[in-house]
Amino acid sequence: MRGYNKLIFELSKEGRNAFSLPENDVGRTPLEDMLPAHLLTKEEVELPEVSEVDVVRHYTLLSKKNYGLDTGFYPLGSCTMKYNPKINEDMSSLDCFANLHPYQPEDTVQGALALMYDLDYMLSEISGMSRVSLQPAAGAHGEMVGLMIIKAYHKKRGDNKRTKIIVPDSAHGTNPASAAMVGFDIIEIKSTKDGAVDMEDLKAALSDEVAGLMLTNPSTLGLFEKNIKEIADLVHEAGGLLYYDGANMNAIMGISRPGDMGFDVIHYNLHKTFSTPHGGGGPGAGPVGVKEHLVEFLPVPMIEKSGDRYFLDYDKPYSIGKIKSFYGHFGVMVRAYTYILAMGAEGLKDASRKAVLNANYMMARLKEYYKLPIDEICQHEFVLGGLKDGTDEVTTLDIAKRLIDYGYHPPTIYFPLIVHEAIMVEPTETESRETLDEFIDAMIRIAEEAKENPQVLKEAPHNTPVRRIDEVLAARKPVLKWQND
Amino acid sequence: MHRYIPNTDADAKAMLDVIGIKSMDQLFQGIPDDLILKRALKLDSGISELEIERKMKELGKKNRSTDDLVCFLGAGAYDHYIPSIIKHLAKRSEFYTAYTPYQPEISQGTLQAIFEYQTMICNLTGMDVSNASLYDGATACAEAAIMAVDSTRRNTVLVSETMHPETRQVLKSYMHSREINIAEIPMADGVTDPEMLKKLIDADSAAVIVQSPNFFGIVEDLTEIEKITHGNRSLLVSSVDPISLAILKKPAEYGVDIAVGDAQVLGNNLNYGGPYIGFMAATSKLMRKMPGRMVGQSLDVDGRRAFVLTLQAREQHIRRYKATSNICSNQSLNALIASIYMVTMGKKGLREVALQITEKAYYAAGRLTAGGKYKLAFDQPFFREFALIGPKDADLINRELLANNILGGYNLNKEYGIENGVLLCVTEKRTKQEIDQLTDLMEVI
Repeated sequence: MRGYNKLIFELSKEGRNAFSLPENDVGRTPLEDMLPAHLLTKEEVELPEVSEVDVVRHYTLLSKKNYGLDTGFYPLGSCTMKYNPKINEDMSSLDCFANLHPYQPEDTVQGALALMYDLDYMLSEISGMSRVSLQPAAGAHGEMVGLMIIKAYHKKRGDNKRTKIIVPDSAHGTNPASAAMVGFDIIEIKSTKDGAVDMEDLKAALSDEVAGLMLTNPSTLGLFEKNIKEIADLVHEAGGLLYYDGANMNAIMGISRPGDMGFDVIHYNLHKTFSTPHGGGGPGAGPVGVKEHLVEFLPVPMIEKSGDRYFLDYDKPYSIGKIKSFYGHFGVMVRAYTYILAMGAEGLKDASRKAVLNANYMMARLKEYYKLPIDEICQHEFVLGGLKDGTDEVTTLDIAKRLIDYGYHPPTIYFPLIVHEAIMVEPTETESRETLDEFIDAMIRIAEEAKENPQVLKEAPHNTPVRRIDEVLAARKPVLKWQND
Repeated sequence: MHRYIPNTDADAKAMLDVIGIKSMDQLFQGIPDDLILKRALKLDSGISELEIERKMKELGKKNRSTDDLVCFLGAGAYDHYIPSIIKHLAKRSEFYTAYTPYQPEISQGTLQAIFEYQTMICNLTGMDVSNASLYDGATACAEAAIMAVDSTRRNTVLVSETMHPETRQVLKSYMHSREINIAEIPMADGVTDPEMLKKLIDADSAAVIVQSPNFFGIVEDLTEIEKITHGNRSLLVSSVDPISLAILKKPAEYGVDIAVGDAQVLGNNLNYGGPYIGFMAATSKLMRKMPGRMVGQSLDVDGRRAFVLTLQAREQHIRRYKATSNICSNQSLNALIASIYMVTMGKKGLREVALQITEKAYYAAGRLTAGGKYKLAFDQPFFREFALIGPKDADLINRELLANNILGGYNLNKEYGIENGVLLCVTEKRTKQEIDQLTDLMEVI
């Protein structure tokens, strides 16, 4: 089966099937006797006809064309690709969690509600916030919800002029997009060359029209924002609120807390910091935590406790309302909860310390061979700026693609936008020194290859199921579905 | 040493030497001292796998699952049969431990699976293009509303009262924060009232949003609504159930512009409400206005067919605040599950599921109304769910049913003020015996 390249539709053969259903024990009724003909489709639905073994082989062979965390090292900056513990998967698959209907009576889901209530507490404690809504489906969704809360806060105070959100130019793309989603105008401020907030630019941007500032700390350059208290004071004095993008939280668990830094709202990425799998692009979960003065605006329902009994509380007149069906990605919450149980307070702190250790170790070894725009102790990630004595011929993209040949998932590239030829490396704490050394050796070898034989980089990757893909063709003549021709 | 953290103290010491610092604390010297947490987090100590399992099962005992109860509850989350192979394939760690497929050469598995998903969503709905998924049916509906507002440059959306109440609430939150107006089209006899739509629709109406089968399970005829909507140059957004599309008229057959919905029913567990999966498909005219990721087919340098994320100029990581949406992570793994489900059921299987659902729901409605104690709230054709009015409040009936290990229906009094109304759901999993038992119990309550 080497070189398997079939689409499932190309396996289809009339008469085959993979499904298995019992006979209908209430008996057959002609469809038209139940539903009027004008409501029925005239077309047969076009789905493949394949046998069970076809399905199993097809998806197994597809999976082999993927690179997952279990396949190897995945040093993607700002994505925190840490090991996804297997027990998390087992717990979320337990019948008593996986097979609960969201509208079951509260008495029949006390275990699920207790888990959510406890997870709210755990996340609040880790970040120094008062309460957490577990509902947002992903980081960007959390950002949107956090910004809705900021909007609702100003509105309740009758402060209707605040229509602007400040976002640094080094921010994740979701930050400005989420602000736009909520109807805010965006003021982009510059970062200093070490990725910190430019204080003069910030001061100039602040006014009574500013609703808040979105910030990630450590920054996307992997550095702790030293002026954070001053920034918080400035924003608060100007009447704005401070939003914490939790993408980089893996650096600070048990070490420093956004709540103590002065942030009012935060979103977490359970699929980054709390070890739940990325699923090839989701589902994640982006809970939102707030300080006391914003609790009343959190989405409904919140999980509350009365005596020994947990319940869903919809009675929140100032809530921003519902932002998603039901209560969020419960299956993801079960995984994160399991992880926090496994780690405990000291385990989480050790995770952050080792994540930062790993990043600094890699940075120290790589800076001889790659440009390092900011040479100081980093947090959980660092950003290189291409080859140290490279020419324009070999780009960051070539380096990334060549890493694939060495069996690695490349780091995040060309982000943050403020670093030329950026290579953003985040090893996480779940990698051993040996793994880091092997990766570093591959990076060094690639730096040598760039001088000796740049062509081998330009043509990389060589041994993958497919090689470099014509992205321009894909966008110019979009083929977004298979058609029988 | 924690089992998830391989580097030992000895490793750490050697690594600190390479870095050129003396202690772990020096790694955090960039953090102002008054921001360093001087105490331990107030969390329990980490525990072993065995203890975790014990604790979680203890918690689980306080839940009663649909394995334990016979489920007649639907209202947006459905207890369908899930083929065994789904968990085996979707739990392959090459799928679930992968990141978003930004490096296509080592992500062809995910990319091809999404391409196939997009194809099948298009085939089910009859629409031209599908994206790679959205969070859930409700947020997909909100994204469709925003898309309609952006493409028509109008600022009001009209949503039917028969749309799922939670979806309407989510729509309200999204529209409210963006200062888009939203109005509800009242229903008449359980369906969207076209006369009310005619009164409400005007030059500012960007979209008309309807659901079919609607919240009451009623299959709505969109013919007239489509005429009114397009006559006003508004877009028609329809929220649909993917299983029902094996037998019901497709959105494209009605001339719908954007079809959305939740594909939880395609092989995804109930999961106490999530993760589920929102889908969206549209006409090709709206392709570049769509939110979220899309996978396209292309060629690699050797001329081989290859798949890649495409039309990214719509997305946040390229366009930032000008993006069509802020969505980044979506429901990729749930889309994979939905795909495996659709492939496994296939052309014949999906139709068989849809037929069995209809037959069993009609059988149940017939049995329940035969005694005269319950009557259908609306005299309309339905799929999977139907609304009954009985002699007592649904909560009371449900308590009795629960005592007999049956999960009863959704109380229609809360959201719709239908006194003693209950929405019952019958999937292909329910047997004749279970339906008969439900009938017998409800007769004597």
